Amino acid sequence: MSSVAQKRGFGATLWDWLTTVDHKKIGILYLLGGGFFFIVGGIEAMIIRLQLLTPNNDLVSAGIFNQIITMHGTTMIFLAAMPILIGFMNAIMPLQIGARDVAFPFLNSLGFWMFFFGGVFLNISWFFGQVPDAGWTSYASLAMASEGHGVDFYAIGLQIAGGGTLLGGINFLVTIINMRAPGMTYMRMPLFTWTTFVASAMILFAFPPLTVGLFLLTFERMFGANFFDPTMGGNTIIWEHIFWIFGHPEVYILILPAFGIFSEIFTIFSRKRLFGYSAMVFATVLIGFLGFMVWAHHMFTVGLGPTANAIFSVATMAIAIPTGVKIFNWLLTIWGGSIKVTTPMLWALAFIPTFVMGGVTGVMLGTAPLDYQLHDTYFVVAHFHYVIVGGTVFGILAGTHLYWPKMFGTMLNETLGKVTFWFFFFGFHLTFLIQHWLGFWGMPRRVFTYMDGQGWNSANVISSVGALLMAIGITVMVYNIIVTSIKNVRVANDPWGDGRTLEWAIESPPLFYNFAQTPLVRGLDTVYIEKMEGNLSGITPAEPVQDIHMPNGSFIPFMLSLGLFIAGFGAMFRTEEPWGMAVLVIGLVWTFAAMAMRSLKDDLGYYVKKEDILKDMKRKGGQK
Amino acid sequence: MSDVHVYKKSPAEFNLGQRRARKSMRGQIMMFSLMIFLTIMSFSMVMAYQADVIGFSKYLIIPTLMLFAAVQVGLQLYYFMHMNEKGHGIPQMFMYTGVIFAFVVVLTFLTIVWW
Repeated sequence: MSSVAQKRGFGATLWDWLTTVDHKKIGILYLLGGGFFFIVGGIEAMIIRLQLLTPNNDLVSAGIFNQIITMHGTTMIFLAAMPILIGFMNAIMPLQIGARDVAFPFLNSLGFWMFFFGGVFLNISWFFGQVPDAGWTSYASLAMASEGHGVDFYAIGLQIAGGGTLLGGINFLVTIINMRAPGMTYMRMPLFTWTTFVASAMILFAFPPLTVGLFLLTFERMFGANFFDPTMGGNTIIWEHIFWIFGHPEVYILILPAFGIFSEIFTIFSRKRLFGYSAMVFATVLIGFLGFMVWAHHMFTVGLGPTANAIFSVATMAIAIPTGVKIFNWLLTIWGGSIKVTTPMLWALAFIPTFVMGGVTGVMLGTAPLDYQLHDTYFVVAHFHYVIVGGTVFGILAGTHLYWPKMFGTMLNETLGKVTFWFFFFGFHLTFLIQHWLGFWGMPRRVFTYMDGQGWNSANVISSVGALLMAIGITVMVYNIIVTSIKNVRVANDPWGDGRTLEWAIESPPLFYNFAQTPLVRGLDTVYIEKMEGNLSGITPAEPVQDIHMPNGSFIPFMLSLGLFIAGFGAMFRTEEPWGMAVLVIGLVWTFAAMAMRSLKDDLGYYVKKEDILKDMKRKGGQK
Repeated sequence: MSDVHVYKKSPAEFNLGQRRARKSMRGQIMMFSLMIFLTIMSFSMVMAYQADVIGFSKYLIIPTLMLFAAVQVGLQLYYFMHMNEKGHGIPQMFMYTGVIFAFVVVLTFLTIVWW
């Protein structure tokens, strides 16, 4: 992309997006990809609620219902929530630390394309009519009994997408460790950067177990291994352990970045610095650590024995302490602030009570004896939707409204934003609050229908109506996004007026090199400090204007991921079709050829000339 | 292109650098011999066990081998991968975090899950 505005054809634009290594564009790609899968997962959720609207309903069959719940969970966790959060991390974190890009722009692009092809691979299963149906946890005893290629799509698709996430996590870690602007010590990093850091560290440690587990599953199903088959000396419980050693950190990987977004929102719209910044950082790190010590609380009823259950019960409850610290710090940040109730702030205000409710039911479920009663009932469904929707999805929607101007240069309509909020907020509580009672009344989760006369009918109707309200909310938001993009009213650096961190001191959207001069950071909330001292630009430069080294775009990440995508089909049809083996080999050779091309071809990037930067600075804010 | 700065070392700095390099070389050679010594010991212990030499039981050799292996990994990391030098705090933190996680998981399985 040149710094001089120019008109380009559709092909050139497409090529630009396919080959981009710019963290802001990759952030937008993640947002688009994740948003698409969010809609897909949402449609699946609507079908689930429609099926459960009345007793003895036969809208979908039992088999298809299993496929829909499996794909709903898998899509929402791996293909919607995580990619959208990684999108925000990509778009915002480098700006917050005053960097010009992430440490490995090529890997960043590779991470996105691997996620994308993995997600497409998983969802192509719908066109084959053989869809994963063993639940999003894909417990081995179910996965082994599953006929057709459904679970194979799960194992290979997640393997590819998970590899992309791992690359992203490592990339963010290296970026935060090495590329902070001068003066930005660890304890001056904005909280969203901190949560990105901790979540990335958790990705680094949690995804290898998933990779191992998925490889075992792949070999079990496609290459004749017997890791989980007890009749061959295997053990099905091993999968559960491996999955949850990954899976519990995974849910904290989902929630921590959302915590970061809320922390930013509370400081911006209360117009105060974050209360107890160091305690917040400490709590974040502690949650990260404890997240690895509690996996067996998903397996209380497996029969680990009272010792293991008691220890994991206590460890689980310990997590409530750092989380409580965070909740109180947010409340004290708002307390006495000069509060502006904007759309992002509405989401943040609603998040606190909602998430606390999810946290409390979490402690209830963490109590092993009670868990024996509640296990596999709708109480569990209510609990994890309260934390994942009430925490992560609220965070994503808040972040979408907060960072939209920074990412796209236009402001989402506030009134429509609030309409979205109220529909979604009421719909959400209507759907899931009643499900706690459904659980108490004994309705098991993952059943495709239920008999009349058990007292569950009206509760299920209420739940389904709530889901409809949520769908209306999201539809309003999509409409809002379309209208805003068509009107295309450009906004200035800090459209919210109270930005405190570096991303609000540069153009919306930033120029492709972000900072003309690397900023000097003089404290926490550096832009706020500068503005209070009369420096209206918000930035004190740390270097003279000079040539900037930038990376070249590359098409290799796309091709490399495509190779893995092709190899996946080969692995799946290897024994059934004559062409299977050939396709597997072609896909892998394709991948290794792409790797070799990357290794053998020197790509040293290019320099943005000083004169061009000076020209950009002269027409400040004039980026189109 | 950005400007290229040529930095000339003062004689004192030059001497200091040389002294450090010599010290580092001495450390590496010492550790290398130690590692070879440990390897020879390990092999001879196993040979002795296989030749049924009295006193070389499984219960002595396996823990000793484990200990030697741990020492070797430590030496490798600190002397040959330069983790004893400055600027390796973060990699050390991540490595030890990973080691602790792995240790806790294995310990959990051995003590409370599969006891």
